[in-house]
Amino acid sequence: MKMEIPNMLRREFLSNCVRKLPALAAMASVTASWKSVWAGGNDNYDPSEHDYAMAIDIHKCIGCGRCVEACKKENNVPMDDTHFRTWVERYVISEEGETLVDSPHGGMNGFPELKEDVKVLRTFFVPKLCNHCENPPCVQVCPVGATFVSPDGVVLVDEDYCVGCRYCIQACPYGARFLHPVKKVAEKCTFCYHRITKGMLPACVEVCPTQARIFGDKKKTSSPLRRFLRFMDITVLKPWMNTKPKVYYGGADGEVT
Amino acid sequence: MEHVFNNLLAEASGVTGFVFPNEYELHWELLIVVYPYLTGLVAGAFILASLERVFKVRVLLPIYRLALLTALSFMIVAPLPLLAHLGRPERAFEMFLTPHTSSAMAMFGFVYAWYLAVVLLLEIWFDYRRDIVIWSREKKGLAKILYIILTLGARDISEEAVKFDHKAGKFITIIGIPSAFLLHGYVGFIFGSIKANPWWSSVLMPIVFLFSAIVSGIALVLLVYMVTSLFRWKKLNMGCVDKLAELLLYAMIVDFSLELLDFVHRLYESEESIHILSEMISSRLFMSLIIIQITIGTAIPMLSIIMGRSGKVHAEMRRILYFIAAILVQVGIFSTRWNVVIGGQLFSKSLRGLTVYKLELLGPEGLLTAVGLLILPFVILYVLTKTLPPWMGNEEDHLLPPPPKEEAVAHSSA
Repeated sequence: MKMEIPNMLRREFLSNCVRKLPALAAMASVTASWKSVWAGGNDNYDPSEHDYAMAIDIHKCIGCGRCVEACKKENNVPMDDTHFRTWVERYVISEEGETLVDSPHGGMNGFPELKEDVKVLRTFFVPKLCNHCENPPCVQVCPVGATFVSPDGVVLVDEDYCVGCRYCIQACPYGARFLHPVKKVAEKCTFCYHRITKGMLPACVEVCPTQARIFGDKKKTSSPLRRFLRFMDITVLKPWMNTKPKVYYGGADGEVT
Repeated sequence: MEHVFNNLLAEASGVTGFVFPNEYELHWELLIVVYPYLTGLVAGAFILASLERVFKVRVLLPIYRLALLTALSFMIVAPLPLLAHLGRPERAFEMFLTPHTSSAMAMFGFVYAWYLAVVLLLEIWFDYRRDIVIWSREKKGLAKILYIILTLGARDISEEAVKFDHKAGKFITIIGIPSAFLLHGYVGFIFGSIKANPWWSSVLMPIVFLFSAIVSGIALVLLVYMVTSLFRWKKLNMGCVDKLAELLLYAMIVDFSLELLDFVHRLYESEESIHILSEMISSRLFMSLIIIQITIGTAIPMLSIIMGRSGKVHAEMRRILYFIAAILVQVGIFSTRWNVVIGGQLFSKSLRGLTVYKLELLGPEGLLTAVGLLILPFVILYVLTKTLPPWMGNEEDHLLPPPPKEEAVAHSSA
């Protein structure tokens, strides 16, 4: 293998390229038209063809907090410690069976060293975000219908319509919502709706260095998401709430709430 | 170093254990404590008034109209804390225009409008119509115009017409009782139906709210009656006051039993939330729940009423006992609302930690706004009692110097 690369002549490579130029151009145009079909704001984008969801591989998350920072920057979330669309929690289970959880700055700057006196049995990181539930209590309680499930399965808030009563924040069992301190309306993760409808990935997924977050379309039969759901032991948060979350955790144990 | 700093920060901010980052700040603050408190007073005062009207508890006649006007004064103010609390109050009207039918909160507008327009205003109007017509003839100047407007053109005060007023008033009261139950039961439902919150989620919540509403309403009318009599230099009708205290005691017994049932039920079921809730009660809520709500707001008033009703206490002493009881009940019911609303947000939904509530002094959701909203109903009540004097059925009225003219008219109509 090592020998083959130097053997490939630059001239040969360029002439190959020139010969295949028409084919490449044709491919590019097809991709472009496919992309424009996919693009958000385009009349041809059919949201009912999609059902977006996310999976999280607990074994892969290293707690670096890049996703938290990317989310804040992408979505203009205040850079303080009390407003997060996504955050990362660290679970430490001691040898005595005690569970300690922390999330300093929402995990945005990573995590400090553990205290020396804690004898760790096991420890893991849990990224959190809106679960985009199929049966969302937040949508049920909104008095004006400002929060809704989009046809492509994303729970969204219409910031031009929300009255800021905060009933949805109370109704969310996961603490995934907050009141935007400036706009004074409810806010939450949108799966980066402005990106995904253009065929891009949510910011948190894009920057994750270990691919601990897997974003996809449940209606697509061949996708990394489908594969993950097929081969991992999956759990969702607070299943007894009957909210039917669409953020699936692989490898999370019963301690995670 | 950072870890040490974080620990210090957590301790300084009063957060213990783990709280979801979005939960550090409370989302429903003091104004949402004031809202169910005010609504409860409305429902309670109305239910009290209906006792005289529908159930013919004649001894309550002196406070019948006063209770109605009290209910109206508090009803007018009740939506203001909600409005002030909204992030975007300018959009509040959307709740009426495009209500989301699956939302308990969206029904607020309709329950409120129904109760205010159909029940309270209509009942008061039918009850006062004859007097209003008389005043519109006797008064001069602006007052005359006001009363003419208030007659809404119905100026017939023949015996038949007045009889109809009475029938209509009674009919409205009969509709009004379930409406009052609906009004405050509904407020309880707003909290009780939140499955995400184990402190709120309880089928008993609407019923507990309702009975605590009746308790607070009776105590308020008792207070208003005592204070207004004092300032009008009228003797209290002790039969009425004794009855009010007795009713207050019964309502408190039912209310306390229901709350105790809820408490015992939670303890016995011992669900996963029990640890954090126990921790909350023994730390954050110890003062407001154990000391203020249960001891000062429930046990002491119940004892003082029992003492007053034991039959061996002089009227003067009874009045003092009832007065203290009624004041303490108000404090107790306010802390009941506090413990529900604020308590429900002091623990994390991760069930792993507690946060703290920092009360603002100024600001739209601060202490001053709340105090203002608690005073405002009394200002409205003062104006209402001047416009529509509610004094009636008080036998001692005869024994004292002749009342001013407008009161004499009111009295003759009673």
